[in-house]
Amino acid sequence: MTPFHLAIHDLLAAVRGAAPDDRGGVIDTFLADHSAPINEGRNVTFLWRGEADRVQLLHWIFGLESSQPFTRIEGCDLWYAVVELRRNSRVEYKLLIERDVNGELQRELHHDPFNDNRAHDPFGSNSVVHTEGYEVPEWSQHDDETRPGVIEDRSIVSAAFGEVRPVRVYLPARYRETQRYPLLVVHDGSDYVRFSALATVLDNLIERLEIPPMVVALSDPGDRLTEYADDPRHATHIVEELVPALAALYPLQDRPGARGLMGASFGAVASLSTAWRHPGFFGRLLLQSGSFAFTDIGDHDRGAVFDPVVAFVNAFRSEPGKPANHAFLSCGVYERLIYENRSIVPLLQGTGMDVRFEEARDGHNWENWRDRLRIGLSWLFPGPLWMVYE
Amino acid sequence: MTTVTLLGPQRLAPCLDTVLAARAIEGPLALITAGWEELEQEDGELTEHLGVETVNLRLFGRTEEVFALDDELYQALFARRERLRGLQRVYRMRLRHALEAARDLFSREGDAELLVPERADALAAVTALDEHHLARVQAVHAEFEEQWKPAERPEMARHSQEVAAALGACAGVAIAGGHVVVLLNRLRLFNLATPLQGLTLLAWSAGAMALTEKVIAFHDSPPQGPGNPEVLEAGLGIVPGIVALPSARRRLKLHDPVRVALLARRFAPSACIALDESDHVGLRLDAPGTLLAGGGARRLQPTGEVERMVAS
Repeated sequence: MTPFHLAIHDLLAAVRGAAPDDRGGVIDTFLADHSAPINEGRNVTFLWRGEADRVQLLHWIFGLESSQPFTRIEGCDLWYAVVELRRNSRVEYKLLIERDVNGELQRELHHDPFNDNRAHDPFGSNSVVHTEGYEVPEWSQHDDETRPGVIEDRSIVSAAFGEVRPVRVYLPARYRETQRYPLLVVHDGSDYVRFSALATVLDNLIERLEIPPMVVALSDPGDRLTEYADDPRHATHIVEELVPALAALYPLQDRPGARGLMGASFGAVASLSTAWRHPGFFGRLLLQSGSFAFTDIGDHDRGAVFDPVVAFVNAFRSEPGKPANHAFLSCGVYERLIYENRSIVPLLQGTGMDVRFEEARDGHNWENWRDRLRIGLSWLFPGPLWMVYE
Repeated sequence: MTTVTLLGPQRLAPCLDTVLAARAIEGPLALITAGWEELEQEDGELTEHLGVETVNLRLFGRTEEVFALDDELYQALFARRERLRGLQRVYRMRLRHALEAARDLFSREGDAELLVPERADALAAVTALDEHHLARVQAVHAEFEEQWKPAERPEMARHSQEVAAALGACAGVAIAGGHVVVLLNRLRLFNLATPLQGLTLLAWSAGAMALTEKVIAFHDSPPQGPGNPEVLEAGLGIVPGIVALPSARRRLKLHDPVRVALLARRFAPSACIALDESDHVGLRLDAPGTLLAGGGARRLQPTGEVERMVAS
């Protein structure tokens, strides 16, 4: 049920009132007058035009059916689906076009041809729809007035993994060997730079004094799903190899409060697991959409790749210790992981940690993680905004 | 005629050179870049831009040298800083409620007979809180001076003499922006309030703030917290009647009439002046309130508007 009168209702009425030969023209006019998806209050109308047997909206909104069928306007080649979304929502989606060809089902995934707005991730890209109230943060975009940092390529010899590991290191604008900097270690660092504009975000937040100038290690995994799932080699590599090597290369502040660890999804698991295995080494954690799956009883239903994650989170829930002093967590309310993230917050608070949790009407994706960087980084590493007037 | 010129930030569109040329000073220019902290001596670009001989007074570096030899003074300053932070915390706590009430009343539309006296009283409560806080901050400084007499301590005295000698050979002083509290503390430690008054001064951003009577920390949309402008410190008071608001276009919601009006009224009769790139305001110290030229600077009005300043 849609509580409001929508533009698509006008179209349906106009098509019904038109002669069959005129219906195509009615639709042409409608499409010329509207940009799709059509945002109207809490309702978003998606459109697709073409010959098909079925059209489905594929999205990643936990709580709704993962695919929602389009309706074909009778006698026309225009399809539509109306979805109710709340203000400030940001949803990634694709269209699944199904055709029966000679008794065989042909299925094709498409971007929304009426929508040029795309979000990219390591697996490709999706169409994106925003509802009223959402804006791409200005601080995540290039600013001509901002002095950029630089990214250097380094290599770290890892006994834990028995190989040389590359790491990229972000150095802030006006970096000086004579100053000492906080260190932030970022899991999936290259993806954060590519898909969450991390370097641009750091440049802007540092320029605007919202965070202090910092050195940021952009760490990338080898076998991600193994190493990030509470692999003891990974924790050893970060704490005993990466950080000491960086401290030898760069002037870093040598105290837990000046060391942060960050990651999203499995990267958040890797961050928490590393901090748990080396409590107190990192003072600050930024955990985004953590894959903190656990079981109270019985097995989990997330596949074998989650076995070590569930074992870790179950162990962590039994004996959390105090991994760090501060943790910022964020999660999208359209993610399946929202329940796990909500439930870990009181657990972390119970350890004596200072914890902040932010929810967003978004899914499990890199732009959600980008959009929470300002609030998370500036809370964990407050800059001299109120004191410095350059 | 002694003049002070307050300027906006100089990084993107520097105009110090043209302002300096208009002042036609003869002799070298002293630089105070203590607000840059560890980067104090990276003044090459600045000197090149100014195009005159400069002498960096090195106030930050000198105090670091003093602290290395006079741990008692360093510890006393550290204790003072902690005390001032504590005061700021409780002031901020009270300010949040007082300002929220005032903002709510100023945002409300309706019966003027009902609202106008309430707005005035709510604003008076904010102003009284500001004055109370400033008095406590000043009392902490006075007590510190009385107890520790930093100017009389041997290491400070030696450096102060060197600074005074360097300043004596200069016809003007350029005071850069940066960390406003670090800058103010150094200016105070070297007792520069009086000697600066006889010289042509150019001060930008935090430098401009330090010369006024009240240093107001401000940002309308910070990533954390409500963004309430705070009285941070007592300035040197060389430039009375002005609240300097550098980088206002970035830091203030100048299109929000309620915020603008509240800021202007809260610090009246002082003038709240937005100092952005290329902006400068020249003032005569021997005739307070005389505006020599309003090079682009804008004044926040009690009506909520922001108006370009013109020379008196």
